[in-house]
Amino acid sequence: MSFRLPEGGCLIDRGQPVSFSFNGKAMQGFAGDTLASALMANDQRMVGRSFKYHRPRGIMASGVEEPNALMNMEEGARFEPNQRATTQEIFAGLQARSQNHWPSLGFDIGALNNHLSRFLPAGFYYKTFMKPQWAWKHVFEPIIRRSAGLGQVPGARDADRYEHFYVYTDILIVGGGLAGFEAALEAGRAGARVLLLEQSPYYGGRAMVDDIELGGRSGPAHIAHLLAQLERMENVTLRLRIQGAGVFDHGYALGYERVNDHAPDTRPRHRLWRIRAARIISATGALERPLSFAGNDIPGVMLAGAARDYIRLYGVAPGARTVVACNNDDAYRTALALHGAGLEVPLIVDARLKGGGELAEQARSLGIRVANGHAIARVNGGKQVTGVEVCLQSGTGGAVETIACDCVAMSGGFSPVVHLWSHCGGKLNWDAANGMFTPDPARPPTDHNGEGFVLAAGSAFGALQTDACIKSAISAARQAGEEVGRSLAEEPAPRRVRQEQVASPLPVWAMPAKAPYALRAKSWLDFQNDVKVSDVQLAAREGFESVEHTKRYTTLGMATDQGKLSNINGLAVLADSLAAEIPQVGTTTFRPPYTPISLGAIAGEAAGRLFKPTRKTAMHEWHARRGAIFEPVGDWLRPYAYPQQGERVQDAINREIRATRNGVGLFDASTLGKIMVKGPDAGRFLDLVYTNMISSLKPGKCRYGLMCNENGFLIDDGVVARLSEDSFLCHTTTGGAGNIHAHMEEWLQTEWWDLEVFTLDLTEQFAQIVVAGPEARKVLEALGGLDVSRAALPFMGFVEGELAGIKARVFRISFSGELSYEIAVPAGQGVLLWNLLLQAGGEHGIAPYGTEALHVMRAEKGFVVVGDESDGTVTPYDLGMGWAVSKKKDDFIGKRGMQRSFLTAEGRKQLVGLRTLSDREKLPEGAHAVADGKALGHVTSSYFSPTLQHPIAMALIQNGQARMGEVLEFRADGKLYKARVVDPVFYDRKGARQDV
Amino acid sequence: MLLLKCPCCGVEGEETEFHCGGEAHIRRHATGSTDGEFASYMFERKNPKAVVFERWRHVFGCGKWFHAARCTVTLEVFATYGAQVLAPPKPVIAKIKARRPDWRQK
Amino acid sequence: MSFSEIDGSGAVLVAAQRRVEMVVLKADLSNKTTRATLKKLLGGPVPAPRKIVNNVAWMAPDELLIMVPDGSSADGLVALLNAGVKAPVLAVDVSDARAVFSLKGNHAREVLAKGAPVDLSPGAFGPGDFRRTRLGQVAVAFWLEAEDEFQLVCFASMREFMFDWLVNAAQKDSLPGYF
Repeated sequence: MSFRLPEGGCLIDRGQPVSFSFNGKAMQGFAGDTLASALMANDQRMVGRSFKYHRPRGIMASGVEEPNALMNMEEGARFEPNQRATTQEIFAGLQARSQNHWPSLGFDIGALNNHLSRFLPAGFYYKTFMKPQWAWKHVFEPIIRRSAGLGQVPGARDADRYEHFYVYTDILIVGGGLAGFEAALEAGRAGARVLLLEQSPYYGGRAMVDDIELGGRSGPAHIAHLLAQLERMENVTLRLRIQGAGVFDHGYALGYERVNDHAPDTRPRHRLWRIRAARIISATGALERPLSFAGNDIPGVMLAGAARDYIRLYGVAPGARTVVACNNDDAYRTALALHGAGLEVPLIVDARLKGGGELAEQARSLGIRVANGHAIARVNGGKQVTGVEVCLQSGTGGAVETIACDCVAMSGGFSPVVHLWSHCGGKLNWDAANGMFTPDPARPPTDHNGEGFVLAAGSAFGALQTDACIKSAISAARQAGEEVGRSLAEEPAPRRVRQEQVASPLPVWAMPAKAPYALRAKSWLDFQNDVKVSDVQLAAREGFESVEHTKRYTTLGMATDQGKLSNINGLAVLADSLAAEIPQVGTTTFRPPYTPISLGAIAGEAAGRLFKPTRKTAMHEWHARRGAIFEPVGDWLRPYAYPQQGERVQDAINREIRATRNGVGLFDASTLGKIMVKGPDAGRFLDLVYTNMISSLKPGKCRYGLMCNENGFLIDDGVVARLSEDSFLCHTTTGGAGNIHAHMEEWLQTEWWDLEVFTLDLTEQFAQIVVAGPEARKVLEALGGLDVSRAALPFMGFVEGELAGIKARVFRISFSGELSYEIAVPAGQGVLLWNLLLQAGGEHGIAPYGTEALHVMRAEKGFVVVGDESDGTVTPYDLGMGWAVSKKKDDFIGKRGMQRSFLTAEGRKQLVGLRTLSDREKLPEGAHAVADGKALGHVTSSYFSPTLQHPIAMALIQNGQARMGEVLEFRADGKLYKARVVDPVFYDRKGARQDV
Repeated sequence: MLLLKCPCCGVEGEETEFHCGGEAHIRRHATGSTDGEFASYMFERKNPKAVVFERWRHVFGCGKWFHAARCTVTLEVFATYGAQVLAPPKPVIAKIKARRPDWRQK
Repeated sequence: MSFSEIDGSGAVLVAAQRRVEMVVLKADLSNKTTRATLKKLLGGPVPAPRKIVNNVAWMAPDELLIMVPDGSSADGLVALLNAGVKAPVLAVDVSDARAVFSLKGNHAREVLAKGAPVDLSPGAFGPGDFRRTRLGQVAVAFWLEAEDEFQLVCFASMREFMFDWLVNAAQKDSLPGYF
């Protein structure tokens, strides 16, 4: 049993009880408790079921390395799965549920797998479920999906908000333990800008728990002493609850701040610190390794350091009677801490024949029994530990003694947290004496100058003893300081450290050394993914010699855990099975983030309304008030149609088209790109950019032009107006404005930099309003101020002046095929002009029309839309627009491309019109024409034409021009359509209506 | 995420301010070129595991194109320089050689 | 300055300015004659790269953004520049194409640092500095109008989005508390 001790616990406030619930059961802890410590205080040691075999699992660790205690946290819009109980601070009303069991934690049907474990070894899913084939989809997969996996997927929309924060600093220190603090102090003294991040809610790390003594102060007192000095330094920032989650190229690092997970309120829940540091000091500590003995996963077995943490930090006894099992001296601290808390320690099982150093002597002198050269053969118990069988470490597991206990504290040595060092390519050395990988300072990750930018300090560097830890921290800080131009000549005074004499650890990868299969098959390496010693050995036998392959085959070190506890033990077993050395086998790749971070933190503020920028025209509010339905075009929102009260959308579109064709319509064309091109060489440049001749255009005139890429494929189209001898205004498609401006600048800056030309994207300077329809001229005349007669302003001309007193440029261009004026005014005047036009057009039944009406009208006229009729593989010739490709020009972008053999060859798809044989059938867009089992092409646009009272469509069809009159078959949506190939211009073939 | 210094405005910015435009110093083959020359100009890229010359644009900034000499293995940036040159300037070559004595320009 | 929309609910006052008269000038700024001409026409020196002086901002090696002083008009300035610069030049009124915001308060730096990949610490970004960058997903430029007031420019079509973005970032209970 685990329980709250009558005293102790430096992080908890016994004066502040906090109520929470676990699996619906009300419990109480204290402010400062983690969910794990509070659960243990309530004797709730079993906290979940394992991934594959559904074995009962308990709390194993006290920090981010916890593999078992993963919780479904909270409910509804704040529900989140897989949250570690060991890093979740409790707050009033917290609701946690255990995972991976049905119907309940205590009684779980899935636990049947445990008895079938013989048949579910590593890679079983690669070997089974093969036949019959249909069964995978209908039987195996649904069952596996239900039984495997960890927490549930959240269903509701996330109620919380998130954000990013950019920070630039000289030195980033990750880890607020002794090493991080000493490094911060030294770098801070030298005047460097320092940011120190600590992932937990308190500073000090192991110094808060281990009985160390520095300068005559205890660990916690020394940390407080350093903290006071650091807080006085203006150039040093210390932050809690931010994990240095990843290190990336060129000094970029991510800090994952859990702002209010410990006290939910209206603040952003997580903040992602996007940090750029000249140097990064990784003072991330070390993780203790489990020992691989049978039953090492039974609730009540935990890491020795964690057991000590629960006593010292939270005043919680991990058990009443604890057996300590170890291969190193550090675990003796746990035995001493247990003893000091008045708890029983019946035995310390030390695999080393000669036993430990000073700490072991202390334990012995307190009367604690130590069994040297011994091991745990197996742990007894089901849902919790009831005892251990002790054997010789050198043997096969024959028990020499059985000891009743309710807790086992194990320590298999330490692995420096080399993650941040390794994320960006830092290399490791194998320290055989201590059985650990340590950062190789000669091979650090390098930055944009080719210099190492990460330094490791403290136990993350492999300096496990206090004096070495401080020394490495000072050294890292001095080096980093020097490299950022902040160094101090004099070294700090050395700290007086009381240092126990320590005996060497003994690498122990299997306990006992010659454990038979029955024991190995119950010796867990990876608790989270249910991988045992026998699984890794099987993988090795089956030829998975690469550690990366073994990882995938066995799932060792996968998922949210990424092998924090299992990595080294697993690869040691693999190395042993392959009769290789550990460094030859190597580690799997350390990838960021260190622990999983929320998707919300990655998205930051870009959610909901702020998901993506939306661009609105000057008349947007008017459209919205008029009930427009909007469609997104690029980032723009454009009115699609303006349905009136009770009107169906299709009816609204038809009404808008009829109003325009028969009277006058009004259209917001502000989103069309407007790029000004000016300079002595502007004409020459535009001749290179457009396929047709632009330089011959007269000032005051407009010309429709096409642009291709160097491949010869159409990328944009629009009307060019020559404003003066040396300046042009190029209209582009709505989606094309930014790209085409960039395209022009790219060619100007990187190829034709000798041309004297300036470009400027003026799209947003103007509101552009189209007045189209037979009555359009009358509407403009009613506004007054400009002569818009045919003589003064002919088709494809433009004039500048004042319309109704507003400074305007009026173009006679038409995309609807009607008499049409496009009026550009400063965007701020857009609404005024729009309303004036509406007023003036009232007597002609003027109607605003949306993009869909526009698209139908242009299709009636056979005008193409870039992106509908073109898809990046279509040339102007394919679209029957060879007339817009100059034969006179030596060069333009795309000219050479169009000459390639397959672009000039017979049999290319060409633009045609389609008329369905039945007037009641509209072809689906994208439908393919099929003949003799071969695809001939596809429908690019399809509409019902209210003008012609029948459906119309355009398509790209192989040899289309030669197929006029042919009837083609189209198949789509399980239906067969028949349509005749016709000219794509359905309406006013001569263009008489627009040129009046 | 790379740090690049735009030689046009002097900003040392992170990669998200920039847009990479692929290999630099490719000679344009247009009118009059053979099919082979044109295909090489359009489609053939070196992609070496070592020193590269790249085109970049400071999109969220001054809007200018520039060149970067960079190592694809270590991501070290040797130099950035203006886009209005047909080949890497001598000082850029010298900087690369100082860091990669064995490197030979092809 | 007049504002079309103000939000004072957050830690920083966010205000969308009504309309700021401004002109873009494109010319070869490395040309000495052009610089001398501009100095005369603008009544002050051409700012150094990434600087703003007397409401004239350096945008690029060939581009300035000029906030038109009170009492003058964009049209007048455009005409003056196009006629006065005796080299290839492009001067255009962009007053309607841009939205301008004021961010006022001690924590304005923190609000911008939520979206701009720029060192905004007081030692690194001060009065007279002008930075074109992105704020979240939006292209912007900003500078310090006063010690506690940033001005920010973006495209006019993004005015509402940008306003919402800034108000969201400026919420009282979401300051990182770093600067």
